[in-house]
Amino acid sequence: MSEKRKIRVLVAKPGLDGHDRGAKVVARALRDAGMEVIYTGLHQTPEQIAETALQEDVDVVGLSILSGAHLTLVPQVKKLLRERGMEEVLLLVGGIIPAEDEAVLKQEGAADAVFTPGTALENIISYIHENIGQLP
Amino acid sequence: METVQELMRGSRRALARLITLVENNDPRKEEIMERLFPHTGKAYLIGITGSPGAGKSSLVDRLLAEARQNGSTVGVIAVDPTSPFTGGAILGDRIRMQEHALDSGIFIRSMGTRGSLGGLSRAAREAVQVMDAFGKDLIIIETVGVGQSEIDIVGTADSTVVVLTPAGGDSVQTIKAGIMEIGDIFVVNKADLGGSERTVAEVSMMLDLKEEPGWRPPVLPVVALRGEGVAALWQALMEHRRYLQSGGLFESRRRERAGRELGELVEFLVKSRVWESIRTQISLDELIEAIALRRQDPYSAARELLRRINFPF
Repeated sequence: MSEKRKIRVLVAKPGLDGHDRGAKVVARALRDAGMEVIYTGLHQTPEQIAETALQEDVDVVGLSILSGAHLTLVPQVKKLLRERGMEEVLLLVGGIIPAEDEAVLKQEGAADAVFTPGTALENIISYIHENIGQLP
Repeated sequence: METVQELMRGSRRALARLITLVENNDPRKEEIMERLFPHTGKAYLIGITGSPGAGKSSLVDRLLAEARQNGSTVGVIAVDPTSPFTGGAILGDRIRMQEHALDSGIFIRSMGTRGSLGGLSRAAREAVQVMDAFGKDLIIIETVGVGQSEIDIVGTADSTVVVLTPAGGDSVQTIKAGIMEIGDIFVVNKADLGGSERTVAEVSMMLDLKEEPGWRPPVLPVVALRGEGVAALWQALMEHRRYLQSGGLFESRRRERAGRELGELVEFLVKSRVWESIRTQISLDELIEAIALRRQDPYSAARELLRRINFPF
């Protein structure tokens, strides 16, 4: 008899900005939605994020970026995930992301979704539920 | 099972996938565990427990550095509580260990207590076996020291470290039953705070009350954040390991563990099969309603239930 598969999410903050309030609010909301949230705190390098995603075998990686470095960081994380055979992992980005950059990130296939300030937490949760695909 | 072969070839991705499968109690789990079993039994298992905030994760972080310096590869299983209300969890023990994230000799996995059938001790022990088969020399399990199943996990480790803090309550706490009884080594962390000498003295006094010969657990002051006392802790762990191995205790502890494992597995199989039959054959609502309205007592209801699924009881 197998138990209900739990959705595992890595919430990480790459780069140099030091504001993790938003990331914590999202982590908490995902927890309340019944997910297991691995929280790694501030100043993570793309390598650390990809390696943590691998060890924790997550279904979703959520990056919180307020520093403006998203056009560099997000594609890097995506590339490192791919190298580890984790291309199917949903990559979500939250933070201050201008609309034109959002389009770039999505076109390049780096981010699956971008959530900017003001996004309702329920939208993030339902996005994950709808896009997580068939869990093995 | 291709993933098992990949594990044997050293794939970290396979290690992660297999832990997920056993943790989720996947239908393929038994086959996986059977295939892995011949490759297990080599790793040395260290349990670390203590109250929330005692500094366990910081201590593990420091121990990792020490273990790597001594040439050991390490697997870590870090357990945090699952909400009994939503089933969700924040697994945050890694925050303190991220400097080791890129060391290929270290593999860290976070687990929620989840608390469903069979419980955490089964899932954590199976994860230990996957890491053991992968070839880790040392496996550290870090748990929040509350609840019987968690005491079972660390209780079955080869060496168990109980982490205390100076502000952890008065001396009566040290004679209470529970985690104070399972420590092979006691650490008084945050020893730079006031009152640490007193805590060390009180715990030592409690330990000296026991008059049986054999291992007297050392009580070590440590400041995990600054790395002070960590080398002494490592020495104590290695000494305890030698003590177990020289006195034949190692074998008897592992035999004890095998017995416990067998018991838990039987319990787990019975429980899951019984509930599966109940769920697929019977609607519980009627019985629950009858008990709630006090028309039937729960004892006869439980027996009736088992009779209806033909469980020999």
